[in-house]
Amino acid sequence: MPSLGTTYGRGAATLAQWDLANSDFVLVMGSNMAENHPIAFRFVMRAKEKGATIVHADPRFTRTSALADIHAPLRAGTDIAFLGGIIRHILENDLWFKDYVLNYTNIATIISSDYQDPEQLDGLFSGWDEEKKSYTVDSWQYKDMKVPSSLAEHEPSTSDSFDEAAKSTSDGPPPEDRTLRHPNCVYQIMRRHYARYTPEMVERVTGCPAGTFLKVCEAITRNSGRERTGAICYAVGWTHHSTGVQMIRGAGIIQALLGNVGRPGGGVLALRGHTSIQGSTDIPTLYDMLPGYLQQPNANQKHADLQEFLETEQTPTGWWHNLPKYMVSLLRAWYGDNATAENGWGYRWLPKIVGDHSQLPMTLAMRDGVIKGMFFLGQNPVIGGSNSKQVQAGLAKLDWMVVRDCAETETASFWKEGHLVRDGDMRPEDIGTEVFLMPASLAGEKDGTFTNTHRLLQWHDKVVDGPGDSQSELWFIYHLGRRLKALYADSDLERDQPIQNLTWDYPERGPDRDPSAEAVLKEINGYTWLDRRQLSGIPDIKDDGSTACGCWIYCGVFPTHNDNKSRSRRADGPDGPGTHLGWGFAWPDNRRTLANRASADPEGKPWSERKRLIWWDAEKETWTGDDQVDFVKDKPPGFKPDWSKHPTGMDALGGDAPFILIADGKAALFSSSGLKDGPLPTHYEPLESPVHNQLYKQEANPVAKHWEKRDNELAEPGDPRFPHSFTTYRLTEHHSGGTPTRSVPVTAELQPEGFAEIPTELARELGIGNTDWVVISTLRGEIETRALVTDRLQPFHLGGGKTVHQVGMPWHFGWKGYATGDIANVLTAVVGDPNTSMHENKALVCGLRRGRLARDGGRHGES
Amino acid sequence: MRRSRPPIIRRTLADRIGGFVRDWSVPRQIAGQSSATKAAESALSRGLRPRLDEADTVGTNICPYCAVGCAQLMYAKDGRVIHVEGDPRSPINQGTLCPKGAATLGLMTMPERLDKIKYRAPHSDRWEERSMDWAMDRIAHLTKKTRDEAFVQELPDGGTVNHTQAIGSLGGATLDNEENYLIKKLFSAGLGMVWIENQARV
Repeated sequence: MPSLGTTYGRGAATLAQWDLANSDFVLVMGSNMAENHPIAFRFVMRAKEKGATIVHADPRFTRTSALADIHAPLRAGTDIAFLGGIIRHILENDLWFKDYVLNYTNIATIISSDYQDPEQLDGLFSGWDEEKKSYTVDSWQYKDMKVPSSLAEHEPSTSDSFDEAAKSTSDGPPPEDRTLRHPNCVYQIMRRHYARYTPEMVERVTGCPAGTFLKVCEAITRNSGRERTGAICYAVGWTHHSTGVQMIRGAGIIQALLGNVGRPGGGVLALRGHTSIQGSTDIPTLYDMLPGYLQQPNANQKHADLQEFLETEQTPTGWWHNLPKYMVSLLRAWYGDNATAENGWGYRWLPKIVGDHSQLPMTLAMRDGVIKGMFFLGQNPVIGGSNSKQVQAGLAKLDWMVVRDCAETETASFWKEGHLVRDGDMRPEDIGTEVFLMPASLAGEKDGTFTNTHRLLQWHDKVVDGPGDSQSELWFIYHLGRRLKALYADSDLERDQPIQNLTWDYPERGPDRDPSAEAVLKEINGYTWLDRRQLSGIPDIKDDGSTACGCWIYCGVFPTHNDNKSRSRRADGPDGPGTHLGWGFAWPDNRRTLANRASADPEGKPWSERKRLIWWDAEKETWTGDDQVDFVKDKPPGFKPDWSKHPTGMDALGGDAPFILIADGKAALFSSSGLKDGPLPTHYEPLESPVHNQLYKQEANPVAKHWEKRDNELAEPGDPRFPHSFTTYRLTEHHSGGTPTRSVPVTAELQPEGFAEIPTELARELGIGNTDWVVISTLRGEIETRALVTDRLQPFHLGGGKTVHQVGMPWHFGWKGYATGDIANVLTAVVGDPNTSMHENKALVCGLRRGRLARDGGRHGES
Repeated sequence: MRRSRPPIIRRTLADRIGGFVRDWSVPRQIAGQSSATKAAESALSRGLRPRLDEADTVGTNICPYCAVGCAQLMYAKDGRVIHVEGDPRSPINQGTLCPKGAATLGLMTMPERLDKIKYRAPHSDRWEERSMDWAMDRIAHLTKKTRDEAFVQELPDGGTVNHTQAIGSLGGATLDNEENYLIKKLFSAGLGMVWIENQARV
């Protein structure tokens, strides 16, 4: 989540779910929280009972809307126009929390005089390179100062001369004007940038009536300040856009301006969809990162050897100055005694990436024969991957693939039941892919930890064995590794050194030789290399090879040999304090609210008694309170860096700088480094839109990813064949790709069949009745499904007298299991956000007609 | 503590009518018994035991579906899960579960649950069963062969990359942290794979 990473320093939820009960407003946007995270939504309801105002901004009227005080409808993909409108409302009406914002954000910081805004360049920022279709970020920097990024996923693009000319953040404080009069201070830039995002413009672009929009603005601003706080909850309704990162940035800016971050009941809560999706980002089965948000070495950057890597990636100031400790200790954990100071701790054995190796281009790399063998470990891309037919074409080109799951998935059975065979393009005997389908154990049949959506590690026990041949992924990977190490044992080739040198000793138990998950978690926590003592916390991690640590942000979860904190089950009682420090372990260092230094004023006193969390105890000279402090525990609030000494790391951050992973310790309203599509969120239309951009000549995000056009075309804005806005979503009874619910009788019975929601007005226009068969089409494909005609979807009346209808469809369904339906992802395209390579399946355009597809030799006619 | 189900007793019609009259709650409510407690009991309900009463094992589980992280209590008998419910101690779910979480027992015991290794040979039109040992051996050999055929140590410009682009891995967001750790460690640091992804982007 680079959006929260560039804004607050860490790409993760800033508050715990239960803390929503302490909110005075909750804005749910980009999420149908009551449907998809119903248990977490209980806390929103509790806040409402206590008097909080609940707002749901969404294209559809859903279960969440039904329980909210205000439902603000907006056309899919126009969230930045809406959020930008809120930012304008806050700034123009002087409703921002001045004492918080002036001290804890970069609002007063002066930006380079070379900076030019989309308001001046008709939708582009300065630094645009038309040939490369990308930005150089020199002109987005602080005046005469280069701001390092706090992100692992970034690829900074500055000109070489700029790097040399710019001052370091170690040389002095960032240039600022606390009177906010300087024309290039962030405050003035933001005011100019959002000047045209008026309530009337919000209505013209999003279709949300200006009156409703203003009610939302008032509810949010009324409930923020010293005495009151509010939270914003989002999910994939924001991330699944070509501007997804900037939408979340918009929320980040609003919450910083209102002084809501780091305080009880305040912040931004990312609601994630899979049980350990936060964990699999922290310990990333992702191509561009190493555990703990370290960068995966990249051949296109100055990463040739460890020294160059550290020189490039280590920030001079802020917590990330510690990066060498975490990198060296990771290499020690992975390559053991083979990692030495002389060989750069084995750094060169790590593979370097050479481009974007994420899931969307992976689809094309399979189809184009670059990837020949695939492991699918609990993921079903025929349902969940964009442009499903392209995914299936890719599977058919593989030499071999391994599918590990609890039931036979569409991915595993593509060669006999998939679109290629069904459409008559191929017969099974034409498909050469060798397929292994292996039964996988579920939670309850193995032990280990999941990390939930608010960074909480919770252990689960093994209660029974999985059925038949089922084994855990831990078992599979461990034994595959053992076999591979045996196969490579006798090689004397240099290229085989990484697998030979990899540490791979975990205690086994039982007749199946199950590796110990506890032993793996102990390695993740880290230990001293020589005498194998568990590290007690992050400060124990060293850069001299004396410690091994598999994931530095998890350090402290297993601080002694017999103390697995993720097993801790001591919740607070009714008398509080309600931070539940004894339940599980939250990274980092069991901190429940990130940047909680900001819950106190610059002098270290709580902003108000009602909203106190952490404060400075002057007598004991320590921070104290109801949470673990997310700061240097004994750094007094009045501490000032001694700039004459060119301070580094945390010495360069004052006692009033709560965002310790940002190089200047301040929340970045204006983000100078780290994002590829601009320092401020700007409204662009989705890559496929029913209308033109009403704010700028530039229609869509200029750096959005659109890998190639073959079998992956996009409709032009306003294409009459595809006049309707189309969005996808999920249902409470089904889970993502559907394997673990469509095959379960009880959940399949509750939601037995695929459907599309169609507004009543549109249905009348097209002669579609409730439960009729309809065909939905895009340039990628056509599907058939049942119509659910409903008033929950209302037409959007936009600027210029244009009316747009919204069609929505759950994407869980496929041909396996008891609850079946056509695959929504046949309609979607391989396109994505420039920062995350996330797809845009929440906003595209479609055609709609009554009837059925001519399938199976045209047997189906009109229903 | 283990308790067996009460035996099913075959009863005559007269027994049943007599039982019905004795169990009928309306006269008992009129006589002053509470409809919420005493009068709600019947001869049959008095013999009923909760399913989890039969359990010989109980463990703490975390719901396998979304990322809210609801805690569950999982009860088993003779090595089979017989009951899953929300853990009332959890500050997240306080004993509650959503429709998916409440279906966890159904997921673990679903009729479609895979329990054998299935193999589809190239160009074949059917699955065949294979042993674990055979499959692990074959997968290890294919992984090595594919890696070795497409391993790149240096780019044409001389930069070291030490990677293979010929093997990919997809998935991880449904798995344990420890599993993701070993996947990344073996596939990336051991084998040099770069196409490693999970559900974080979908």
